Amino acid sequence: MLSGADMIVRFLQDEGIENIYGYPGGAALHIYDALFRQNKVKHILVRHEQAATHMADGYARATGKPGVVLVTSGPGATNTITGIATAYMDSIPMVVLCGQVASTLIGEDAFQETDMMGVSRPVVKHNLSVRHPREIPEILKKAFYLAQTGRPGPVVVDIPKDMTTPNERYEYIFPKKVKMRSYTPPSRGHAGQIKKAVDMMMAAKRPVIYAGGGVVMGDASPELAELAHLTNFPVTTTLMGIGCFPASDRQSLGWLGMHGSYESNMVMHHSDLILAVGARFDDRVTNATDKFCPGARIIHIDIDPASISKTIQADVPIVGPASSVLKDMIGIVKEAQEQPDPGAMKAWWKQIDEWRAYHGGRYRTDDSELIKPQQAIEMLCKITKGNAFVTSDVGQHQMFTAQYYKFEKPNHWINSGGLGTMGFGLPAAMGVKLNFPDEEVVCVTGEGSIQMNIQELSTCKQYDLPIKIINLNNQSLGMVRQWQDMNYEARHSQSYMQSLPDFMALARAYGHEGVTIRKPEELEEGLKKAFAMKDKLVFVDIYVDPHEHVYPMQVARGSMKDMWLSKTERV
Amino acid sequence: MRRIISMLLENEPGALSRVVGLFSQRNYNIETLTVAATEDNTLSRLTVTTIGSDRVIEQITKQLNKLVEVVKVVDLTEGAHVERELMLIKLKATGAQRAEIKRTVDIFRGQIVDVTSTVYTVQLTGESDKLDAFIQAVGRSGVLEVVRSGVSGIARGEKTLSL
Repeated sequence: MLSGADMIVRFLQDEGIENIYGYPGGAALHIYDALFRQNKVKHILVRHEQAATHMADGYARATGKPGVVLVTSGPGATNTITGIATAYMDSIPMVVLCGQVASTLIGEDAFQETDMMGVSRPVVKHNLSVRHPREIPEILKKAFYLAQTGRPGPVVVDIPKDMTTPNERYEYIFPKKVKMRSYTPPSRGHAGQIKKAVDMMMAAKRPVIYAGGGVVMGDASPELAELAHLTNFPVTTTLMGIGCFPASDRQSLGWLGMHGSYESNMVMHHSDLILAVGARFDDRVTNATDKFCPGARIIHIDIDPASISKTIQADVPIVGPASSVLKDMIGIVKEAQEQPDPGAMKAWWKQIDEWRAYHGGRYRTDDSELIKPQQAIEMLCKITKGNAFVTSDVGQHQMFTAQYYKFEKPNHWINSGGLGTMGFGLPAAMGVKLNFPDEEVVCVTGEGSIQMNIQELSTCKQYDLPIKIINLNNQSLGMVRQWQDMNYEARHSQSYMQSLPDFMALARAYGHEGVTIRKPEELEEGLKKAFAMKDKLVFVDIYVDPHEHVYPMQVARGSMKDMWLSKTERV
Repeated sequence: MRRIISMLLENEPGALSRVVGLFSQRNYNIETLTVAATEDNTLSRLTVTTIGSDRVIEQITKQLNKLVEVVKVVDLTEGAHVERELMLIKLKATGAQRAEIKRTVDIFRGQIVDVTSTVYTVQLTGESDKLDAFIQAVGRSGVLEVVRSGVSGIARGEKTLSL
């Protein structure tokens, strides 16, 4: 017989949860007391509940397993909303346990009462409310099942305080299975559709694979690579899909969309067949939908039927998990021993190589006095041998990192792609480092973003999380400034940062180390020095050219091939 | 195009708000909405009429299906179906108007369900167009109050929406 609070903790143990992230408060105190009386589930005390969700999120993105958050009612719960929305937009499995005022007080505007079910509803995959302590094991099992099956996402569980009362005990049985008549995630793709898709692929002359975050979270990278190599199709990924296909592979085009590679966008626009896998044709990929890839037929594989034909009509929709559908495709291709027309593929690759040679990821290097942000990321990649887990915040530094850090493995590029949440990078890196203590974990950020969750430097000290923070400091909100340069005649409304703190002193105040890099010639040495401090969190403040823009950049309302390649060159 | 989308959902607190929330979140419109428990009281039947292009309707049904508490969804307008709406309407009824209203009610196969010396309360059932037509026939100036149930619908023949 266990109290509701003990059931929650016992359930987490039985579910195999090692770390949870949270912040205590009145409505959650019974649960916190239950946590205190055991030592299997470790609780990480953050400094702001938003950070708890990003920590759980970082862990989930690196491992594919759900991250778990525990907070109190009212402000504790509402502070998690940005983190929940971040996870929701990127389909990240997460379970958020929220305290709630006692059920007898709900609706009376009690102290620290918020309708968390209502507040969270638009940004969760599902939410559940406990109405009797007996229900706790089943509700939690449902929450974990929903969070990680089908298209993953965050699930909130609202737990009124009287559901966890210590002296009210009930029988606890860990439910092994969940049955929900209204929820059945797809397990296989439709065989007929898959066959039809493969026939189209074999008939294609200018094919491309467009792979998204669904390949990463669906653990389908090996199948994707196998199919790509079997067919010799070029592969572009979304920002969320980076790493699902190795950057060094000859068939890799990099990523696509607004700031994607020149060759990715050219290949997409000129293709006659797009094999979309776990991607959702969002507006930062397609540019103007009416001008999107005019000659392409589209095969769309996704576990979520609602993602198919939402913005771009699919010719062959396939609902199913990426890994199983790709496996079925590989089987058919191997069995039929078919190949796309070799002559056509040769011509296609010749064209692709010309596009690659034309741009080649170049950036402006005419000014040798200032560090180019791209150069800083290239050096970071070199020093970490492209093996680090890299989290980022949101803005120019995010795009530069995605462009110039060459990811070879999935689950290593961790960024808020859908919601674009500034303040995500540091706590996400903490969540990764805590669970991968022997791996290099880097947070690339900017002086704008880092200040949105800088208080977590304190958590890093408490739990000894020696991550490396790479602050690309351009003393302005770079991406905002870039848009203002391009669209508002350089009127820099509220986009520059005055009164920046002394980041070195700040890092030290929190008990960490700092390195400042101001000149290009200091870059390699400074970064090496930072990474040599293995057991320390090092805040690396790199002063970069404040006038740099991110290119390529798609021309607004154009097709995929319409891009700015520099401040003056438009194609 | 106007569509009647009908669904079974778990008869649980909050389930309705998810459906309604989805419509506002994704900028779909709701013309009418009715909901009540079915013969199986663990299930509610919810009917919504909405207007949208084929693509929007496809998205609406897909997004509804995604809601965890929605068990089944059907677009009734895709096939033969019966639709009905109930209206209670309070009309000013004095002098010569009384006989005239009575005649109109008979033509529309309605019933006068409550009477005072100055007011008739009329009950009318039919497709929404018929209810609109009745209001037009009696003239807006005589209408004191209107309550409409929203559309309920069911497929014709053997087809059923059930578990």
